[in-house]
Amino acid sequence: MSDTEIPILRIGRLLLAGLPNELDDKSTATFGEELAERLVAESARGVLLDISKLEIMDSYAARMLTEIAATARLLGARVVVAGMQPAVAITLVELGLDLPGVDTAMNAEHALQILTAPPGRGGEGAGHGVLPG
Amino acid sequence: MVSFRVRPTQPADAPEPVGDPVVIPISVEEDLRTARHAVRAAAQRLRLRLVDQTKLVTAASELARNCYIHAGGGEMSIEEVLREPDGARGIRLTFEDEGPGIPDPEQALVDGFTTGGGLGHGLGGARRLVDQFQLTTTVTPPSGTVIVAVRWVR
Repeated sequence: MSDTEIPILRIGRLLLAGLPNELDDKSTATFGEELAERLVAESARGVLLDISKLEIMDSYAARMLTEIAATARLLGARVVVAGMQPAVAITLVELGLDLPGVDTAMNAEHALQILTAPPGRGGEGAGHGVLPG
Repeated sequence: MVSFRVRPTQPADAPEPVGDPVVIPISVEEDLRTARHAVRAAAQRLRLRLVDQTKLVTAASELARNCYIHAGGGEMSIEEVLREPDGARGIRLTFEDEGPGIPDPEQALVDGFTTGGGLGHGLGGARRLVDQFQLTTTVTPPSGTVIVAVRWVR
């Protein structure tokens, strides 16, 4: 079903994707696999996952996101998840869940700053300098 | 016959239903999405605050998924309910299945809090997201589980 595909864009050595308003298991699994393949194929060093449209994150979705991030890290890329909706964040905390190993940012712009910080600066784990120039 | 009944989080005088229940079967994966949408629609109709809508839909997602994965499917019903004596309105979700039952429900309710992202059955988490939660399950003989969750309009 092509209308459930999640497009992945590339800018420099950064991959970007915007997740939809709800996640279904198959599309998310396919997305995770494609992301891993693209990371390797394009030697990407960073991933910006925009979840500002995502309205519901249950424990299964949280786990899928965590696994996608863990896979990307194993492939040498840094993942920043951007734009979590406040109601989603509140609910995750109430569920007693975290996204371990997942860096978060308030919005895509902030995520970009984290991902493009010159190596040696910018918080825990040096930025990977993912944009050219 | 051994039956477990987990103490509800609030004194559970069964609130009065208003109107007819909406019944959603849970038998294929697509039904999880249908269930979420139906709960969202009901929550919007009652004008729950956005964060309360999110909590209720997320709880429904956890419980519907449990029903589908662990019990081989079942049924969810959505009812509007009225609380006495203050007349507060709420949404009651009932999940019924004829699966094997939950052998250690107290433990299952704790599992949801394990760190490391979404271990366990998600039951404990779902319970925290609603105002009233009741679980009845029978394992000997295996006769299924009924979970009732209520969220009041604030």
